[in-house]
Amino acid sequence: MKKMKLVMVGNGMAGVRTLEELLKVAPDLYEITVFGAEPHPNYNRIMLSPVLAGEQTIDEIILNPVQWYADHGITLHLNKKVVRVDRTRRVVVAEDGTEATYDRLLLATGSNPFVLPVPGKDLEGVIAYRDIADTNYMIETAKTHRHAVVIGGGLLGLEAANGLAQRGMKVTVVHIAPWLLERQLDEVSARLLQRSLEERGLAFRIGAQTQELVSDDKGRVRAVRFKNGTEVLADLVVMAAGVRPNTTLAEQIGLHCNRGIVVSDTMQTVTDPRVYAVGECAAHRGIAYGLVAPLFEQGKVCANHLALFGIGRYTGSQVSTKLKVTGINLFSAGNFMGGEGTEEIVLSDPFGGAYKKLVIQGDKLVGACLYGDTADGSYYFQLIREGACIKGRRNRLMFGEAQPEEASEGATALATA
Amino acid sequence: MSTTIPIVTAGTKTTRATCPYCGTGCGVLIETTAGRITHVQGDPDHPANFGRLCTKGSTLHLTAATSVQEQTRLLTPQRRRARGDTPAPIGWDEALDDAADQLADIIRRHGPQAVGFYGSGQLLTEDYYVLNKLVKGLVGTNNLDTNSRLCMSSAVAGYKATLGVDAPPACYDDFKHAQTLFIVGANTAYAHPILFRRIEDARQANPAMKLIVADPRKTETAEMADLFLPIRPGTDVALFHGMLHVMLAEGLVDMDYIAQHTQGFEALRGLVADFTPASVAAICGIPQADLVQAAHWFGGHTPTLSLYCQGLNQSTRGTDKNATLINLHLATGQIGKPGAGPFSLTGQPNAMGGREVGGMANLLSAHRDLGNAEHRAEVAKLWGVPDVPAQPGKTAVEMFEAAARGEIKALWIACTNPAQSLPDQATVRKALETAELVVVQEAFATTATCAYADLLLPATTWGEKDGTVTNSERRISRVRSAIPAPGQARHDWSIFADLGRRLEQRLPERQAGWRHGMDTLFPYDSPESVWNEHRESTRGRDLDITGLSYEILETQGPQQWPMPQGHAQGRARLYEDGVFPTPDGRARFSAVPYEAVAEPCDEHHPFALNTGRLRDQWHGMSRTGTLGRLFGHVSEPSIDLNPVDMKRLGLGAGDLVRVTSRRGAVVLPAQPSDAVSPMQSFIAMHWGEEYLSGRDAQGRLMTGVNALTVPAFCPKSKQPELKNAAVGIEAVQLPWRLLGVAWMSEDRALAVREAVKPLMGHFSFASCVPFGREPHERGMVGVLFRAAAPEPASDAVLRQLEELLSVDGPDVLRYHDRHQGQHRAMRLRRSDEGLKLEAFLLAGDVSAEAWVRPLLQEELVADAYGRALLSPGAKPPVAVQSKGRQVCTCFNVTEPAIVETLGTCAGSADERLAQLQGQLKCGTNCGSCVPELRKLIKLHPVAMA
Repeated sequence: MKKMKLVMVGNGMAGVRTLEELLKVAPDLYEITVFGAEPHPNYNRIMLSPVLAGEQTIDEIILNPVQWYADHGITLHLNKKVVRVDRTRRVVVAEDGTEATYDRLLLATGSNPFVLPVPGKDLEGVIAYRDIADTNYMIETAKTHRHAVVIGGGLLGLEAANGLAQRGMKVTVVHIAPWLLERQLDEVSARLLQRSLEERGLAFRIGAQTQELVSDDKGRVRAVRFKNGTEVLADLVVMAAGVRPNTTLAEQIGLHCNRGIVVSDTMQTVTDPRVYAVGECAAHRGIAYGLVAPLFEQGKVCANHLALFGIGRYTGSQVSTKLKVTGINLFSAGNFMGGEGTEEIVLSDPFGGAYKKLVIQGDKLVGACLYGDTADGSYYFQLIREGACIKGRRNRLMFGEAQPEEASEGATALATA
Repeated sequence: MSTTIPIVTAGTKTTRATCPYCGTGCGVLIETTAGRITHVQGDPDHPANFGRLCTKGSTLHLTAATSVQEQTRLLTPQRRRARGDTPAPIGWDEALDDAADQLADIIRRHGPQAVGFYGSGQLLTEDYYVLNKLVKGLVGTNNLDTNSRLCMSSAVAGYKATLGVDAPPACYDDFKHAQTLFIVGANTAYAHPILFRRIEDARQANPAMKLIVADPRKTETAEMADLFLPIRPGTDVALFHGMLHVMLAEGLVDMDYIAQHTQGFEALRGLVADFTPASVAAICGIPQADLVQAAHWFGGHTPTLSLYCQGLNQSTRGTDKNATLINLHLATGQIGKPGAGPFSLTGQPNAMGGREVGGMANLLSAHRDLGNAEHRAEVAKLWGVPDVPAQPGKTAVEMFEAAARGEIKALWIACTNPAQSLPDQATVRKALETAELVVVQEAFATTATCAYADLLLPATTWGEKDGTVTNSERRISRVRSAIPAPGQARHDWSIFADLGRRLEQRLPERQAGWRHGMDTLFPYDSPESVWNEHRESTRGRDLDITGLSYEILETQGPQQWPMPQGHAQGRARLYEDGVFPTPDGRARFSAVPYEAVAEPCDEHHPFALNTGRLRDQWHGMSRTGTLGRLFGHVSEPSIDLNPVDMKRLGLGAGDLVRVTSRRGAVVLPAQPSDAVSPMQSFIAMHWGEEYLSGRDAQGRLMTGVNALTVPAFCPKSKQPELKNAAVGIEAVQLPWRLLGVAWMSEDRALAVREAVKPLMGHFSFASCVPFGREPHERGMVGVLFRAAAPEPASDAVLRQLEELLSVDGPDVLRYHDRHQGQHRAMRLRRSDEGLKLEAFLLAGDVSAEAWVRPLLQEELVADAYGRALLSPGAKPPVAVQSKGRQVCTCFNVTEPAIVETLGTCAGSADERLAQLQGQLKCGTNCGSCVPELRKLIKLHPVAMA
């Protein structure tokens, strides 16, 4: 029997994870072709920060080497950006003219960094932080230049800033929101984080609005100028002000997009049931996830449907966050900011450098924000996802899964104190 | 005034004075350096104590520390523009002119009966004398009473009814001559510790001595007894009549003595015939055999000395109780000889002195009576005034009731704290609110009464005062100033004299009929000039001290009265010749029936409430309450209940109960105590609103223990029945608890406590006490605030408490669950040994107190806890090695240490005590804990080999 053809556009973590899931349940169903715009096989993008910080190498973060694709009979087109799809003929066409026909198309085009539309954004020394190329550029720049500014105090921005500082640069993080990681932390924990990063030598301009990037006489960025007229020296400006789902191709081929390629609970695009989308490019129930765990959950559901099992629904994810800066532990999940109808439990321990906030609604844990001691993060995350009733354990919840009677908790606390 | 100018002296000097606490009247040597009190020790030459001091006396210098003074003393005159306002400092002249203007105005408008003066048994004799003269000689009212009314007036009335005058016939030396010691209604081990040391010595020297103790509670004194009679509250008269019945039946009375020296015996004999052992045993709730045994020893194992105090006095039958006990001594001839006599132990340091100058509403100078026209004429002549008022004045309870009704318009309160100590606080508070003018003349700014004052006048106190006091055995001692008065404080006598001179100007009509040439009633320039006038008033009286002078007191030391002119020394014991100061020279028997307490228990108020002293506290604690170390023995307010009642009410140790009487309520923790009989209860008298408060369901502030007590008083002595009230006790549901405990600098701990007090009203129950052990090596004192409420307190109140208790700043661990009312905060301090807990606040569930509090109070290293310090529950996340409850305050020896050491001590009880003292030093300084050590020795017998 002739195999069906599956073409995947994008060679990132969400897409390849979908293939892996598919191969597990239906190894022989499809003839698979993958187009990747980067020259690399699938690597762990979220580990770019440790690479930048010099804690890991590119080789160490490769998830699926080229051989893996070969072993599974996957046709891999690296460095080939898909520019066209004929949905009637079911043909995918790459920049260089390479074509592939499909019975099922999987879009995993990921996201693009958001570049601030300010004067000077195209100067030399101004980059976004997204892939291995950007990482390598930063590593090289750090060898020859002194002053870096990272625009954006989100996860990626802080990791970039930390990495650059590790590589000897004097780094200032510019953040327009009132506190760092405003989507992951509350103000208290963000201040703790900021203090801790300041102790490591990072500087911050919180609430500062970037007016323009100032050029030197050679066309390289020299400084960042703010709306209030002040400047910070910068030979390198890294834009880490968020990402936008990469829907260029999808829009071009007439798929309904709204902050991402709109998909159903089966990860099929609402426009064309032969076309699926997973990962950062997909908008599910209005949300385009930017974290790895939901993407993997999407991949699993998507693979299930590609395998023609027709069961399983993706209904959305509870997300949790960690910052990959060595020595700084933070974790947040769910509705950690609380608000109407919610109750908060807060613990702070300046000696142990820890802060924890749990948000409770009714008898359920709905959010957690942990700083310093994240050992119980997975416990809380599980309670949040399961919607478990915490009525009987509310007063001990803050002290973790282990019974406080056990000496180990005290010992753990001591280790961090 | 010279006293307002501080005199800075260089070098160290020692000043002889007396202890300001109980009526024992111990001599103290006050050591001062550069005008500051640095140390105190017992005066080895003083015949009351021979160098010994109790826990309270031996820490007097700590209560006079600069840090304590600065935070607690009233240092300038102050005036409140309106009630409830913060008072503002004013000058002395302005204050006294204002006071005199207002008093004169009230006197003119409403007559002198509209003015009431309320003083104290802690005033010196000179203070008392001037006050008495001011009120009775100038103002023209007898509305002068003092807190001695709550203390000794039944003893006064009892002595006068039987022996003719108010004179304790025995002396301390009699302890060692007695064969039988009958202690009734007195917890000498707590209330008169130094006398108890002498009793212990006497028993040791004479093992044949029998100690009988009659008391509703099994006190530490009772624990030491050979025979303990746990009589029901208020049944003393029945007990005494029953003992006399037995002694009569068994021929133990001295018919010759009765015939020669007494009258009225037949009536008494007829009366006691009905008091058969069986009926008395039933009334008193004691075994008949024990009653008989007590009578046998009293009448047959002589000489017999009785010691008694508030258990007899604070009673609606107080005079009868005193008199019927004296009956026993008269009937057996146990009086007027070594080791015998009815010996009333005075509660206050100078209750005796006050009685001597007649500083009460029904007394006149030198044991004269207001009711006696001749006596009034004598006093008028001595003072050079035409007359002294005949109408008896209002006594303490009556005075405040009259003020509450609006009859008394001005209250002048000196050296006492009626808003703490008088019974039926609801009425007392109403009186203070209703009076047009309230003047409080005080050393301490911290008393509950101060809050009601329109004018606050700063007075001197211990270490500063100059004059004389008389102790229980009629011994007069000189009290000398060791340091100058702080701030603008003045001596009480001089304030009274100054007020008197100003009133003379405003009431010129009073000068009509004055002795020719006299231009003031208050011509005094020194305490000695006052005392000399007082001395003259005693001439020819039973307490004649015309043979005594300040110079003799200086050179020959303290002297007992009487000491008439020509005598080289005073008289140790009275009535040795069997002649009594009555018209016919005979003592009178008192044939009075037994009558029950004023407020018997009923179904709504089934428990009898008793009040009394703690070992290490004094009265309203304005002085002892400044020291954390004096809270080591009993650290917080509680009501003691029999364990059987605790169980029946479903109470665990420390559970909160609401105690309700017909007059008020108080909420406080219950503690099980074997000392308390079933259906009885005990709250220490010290716990006033300053330490124990909260707001009831109607929003009224709870005013401490005396919210509960009865104002009913003895018709003869007018002393209220503070020892018995009927109360209901129920567990209260106040699920939200709060406990704040903090070490803080001694320079601010007491000020913080004052600042915390107003917050007590936010809760349904609140108490606030210091703790610690001065002198602390880092100069720290602890503050403990405990509260409970039906609902969590607001975040604002929590924040205020945290700020006050210094549970703030960057080094604070915090847990906060507002919706559950759970809040925990811990401030840690880095020390050489590691992290130590410096302050914490637990709210909601405070059961973690079990291990968190020892961590803080015992200053244990807390490194092992980390943020588990915030974890809930009574079980510590890491075991805490607590040192346990302190027994010996002097050497900080705890119960577990004593019990452990006792395991290695063999031999008799005395031998084991000696070994214990040798190894741990406990009970070797002041000895106040020796009774408790003996109890522990009994509880932990020698381990079997």
